Amino acid sequence: MTSTPSSPTESPYTESTEGRVYTVTGGDWDDVVTSGAAGEERIVVNMGPQHPSTHGVLRLVLELEGELVTDARVVIGYLHTGIEKNCEYRTWTQGTTFVTRADYLSPLFNETAYCLSVERLLDAQVPERAQVIRVLMMELNRISSHLVWIATTGMELGAISMMLYGFREREQILDIFEMVTGLRMNHAYIRPGGVSQDLPPGAVEKIRELLVDLPKALDGYDRLLTGQPIWQQRQKNIGVLDGPGCLALGVTGPMLRAAGIGWDLRKEQPYCGYEDYEFDVITRPEGDCWARYEVKMAEMRESLKIVEQALDKLRPGPIMVADKKIAWPAQLALGSDGLGNSLDHVKKIMGTSMEALIHHFKLVTEGFRVPPGQAYVPIEAPRGELGAHIVSDGGTRPFRVHVREPSFINLQAVPALVQGGYVADVVSSLSSLDPVLGGVDR
Amino acid sequence: MADQTPDEKPQPDAADLPTASAAVAAETAAAQDTEGPSTEIDAVRPAEPAPVYRTGMFGVRGSGDTSGYGGLQRRVPVQPGAVKPYGGYFDDVDAALAQAWPGYRDVVEKVVVHRGEMTIHVARAGLLQFLQTLRDDPDLRFELLSAVSGVHYPDDPTGRPLHSVYHLTSLTYRRRIRVEVSVPDEDPHVPSAVAVYPTADWQERETWDLMGIVYDGHPALTRILMPDDWVGHPQRKDYPLGGIPVEYKGASIPPPDERRSYS
Repeated sequence: MTSTPSSPTESPYTESTEGRVYTVTGGDWDDVVTSGAAGEERIVVNMGPQHPSTHGVLRLVLELEGELVTDARVVIGYLHTGIEKNCEYRTWTQGTTFVTRADYLSPLFNETAYCLSVERLLDAQVPERAQVIRVLMMELNRISSHLVWIATTGMELGAISMMLYGFREREQILDIFEMVTGLRMNHAYIRPGGVSQDLPPGAVEKIRELLVDLPKALDGYDRLLTGQPIWQQRQKNIGVLDGPGCLALGVTGPMLRAAGIGWDLRKEQPYCGYEDYEFDVITRPEGDCWARYEVKMAEMRESLKIVEQALDKLRPGPIMVADKKIAWPAQLALGSDGLGNSLDHVKKIMGTSMEALIHHFKLVTEGFRVPPGQAYVPIEAPRGELGAHIVSDGGTRPFRVHVREPSFINLQAVPALVQGGYVADVVSSLSSLDPVLGGVDR
Repeated sequence: MADQTPDEKPQPDAADLPTASAAVAAETAAAQDTEGPSTEIDAVRPAEPAPVYRTGMFGVRGSGDTSGYGGLQRRVPVQPGAVKPYGGYFDDVDAALAQAWPGYRDVVEKVVVHRGEMTIHVARAGLLQFLQTLRDDPDLRFELLSAVSGVHYPDDPTGRPLHSVYHLTSLTYRRRIRVEVSVPDEDPHVPSAVAVYPTADWQERETWDLMGIVYDGHPALTRILMPDDWVGHPQRKDYPLGGIPVEYKGASIPPPDERRSYS
């Protein structure tokens, strides 16, 4: 007893004692299409949390009508590690080692944002040389962060060679970081009151080499990508978000500048002496992925200009505040067994001055006290406004640290970027937004 | 600090109090008498917080300390409310606010100017109109809500430990101010700012998730960083950090929240 199918999408079946037996055969596609059964075809697709183009453990829930994205939801939290909570149980100096792990592509920005807020509460004046080193390191970090962006964007849009080139050049910058801070990532180099150690011999020469090599590499990227029709078609008029939309959603940084609003905190509310550097704020009016591509590519060249000026500004001098009650670590030297307290300092505290020993011990174990109050000093990170809201109750530990992470806030714009577009363009939009999930989830 | 529970907190002996703070304490008591024990907080100016005291050092409590450190008392200064002129552009903000919304001072509880930053403490009933005025008035134009963050002050002397903090930025005037709302633990409701600043969406979800502040009128106030079925709000001070002791060469190192505390 074979049933008669009521619609072209249904197969005829026979009821038997063993159960229902379907007879699946081919059919006419036109019948399927005209039957109307495909009209309401709504698919919900999960992208992530480990899709290679989601920049880490990000999950997108997309609602599709055929190829069109009708709804998009962003699910985050997979990388939440409680960095802010942990800061409350360590000293103010140890706080940098936590915040540096938030956005792992721009660790020096995290450290600077945190330290600037702490220094504002301390009312500490950071020495000139430390300021210049901070600017120098941050701009190098901006380039390395943008290089990861262009590398991953290349990979996601099908230009795999770009990924190799981007990571190759980034490696050169990470070598500089390793030479200066001892680590490629998670440096904890910028400390409240200055930086942890001075530039080692040979660092300036190494950075000057980069200043020669990197422009050539950037020219190469331009030749490889900019004129390429596929690269343009994947990005032009894709993921458009205009200026007011950006501000309403809190989007800052290159995305805001690519939407025609030239808001760069280095110019508008300068910190670390940025007012003394010559550079341009790059803007584009279009607000699409292509505009963001152009802005970030040009920003790398501007950062190189700042690095060059910073090298010229380097003058001998202290790299930590003079106040010995805050300055730690400030007596470091490279010994045969690695970096540690300098032998002179050890000799002094162990041999000649009991008070210096007590002071050293208290500063290292107990830390310094920060006057009560709250501060928020934003800086221009590679992805936008980054600031640490610091609350102190007058103790040796932060009472509260809240990091305003540009990735976290920019990610809210994903539905606005992708809804109404094609599913393939989700990848373009997301990579132009450049989220780093370590920063998003903290 | 963090590992102190409120009942363990050493209470200052009234006899040891300096006269000025005793007067403040008396005022506080008087204010509480007239207002009664009601939790009606909106648009009521809270009494100036009493000074916070800490006793002892090295986190020692009870009878463990024989060194004499337990006798130490340290007074932590409290930020006083600022009086006009505030200095800088803060007076312009104040004047523009007064012009745009003549009654705005009724919802302002306190203004703090500290280290070149202005914090306006606002009663929650007036928060939305306050933010709307800051955003829309041509002389204010705080177009960008930079950040929403929550702070938990378990010993807040006004009895409102949960603070919701809004960092506002004016691109037009290159200004920044901070708006702060505080609510009691048993009634942790704050009106949602999403209608005024859509960027508050995720940030309020984060603050709900980690602090437990309920934003009324939020389109979908769900957890964002913690799993959906998580119990508790981890950033609150009464929420333990957790961790296990680590043994190294026979010695045991306690987890961070059980180590010696100096503050």
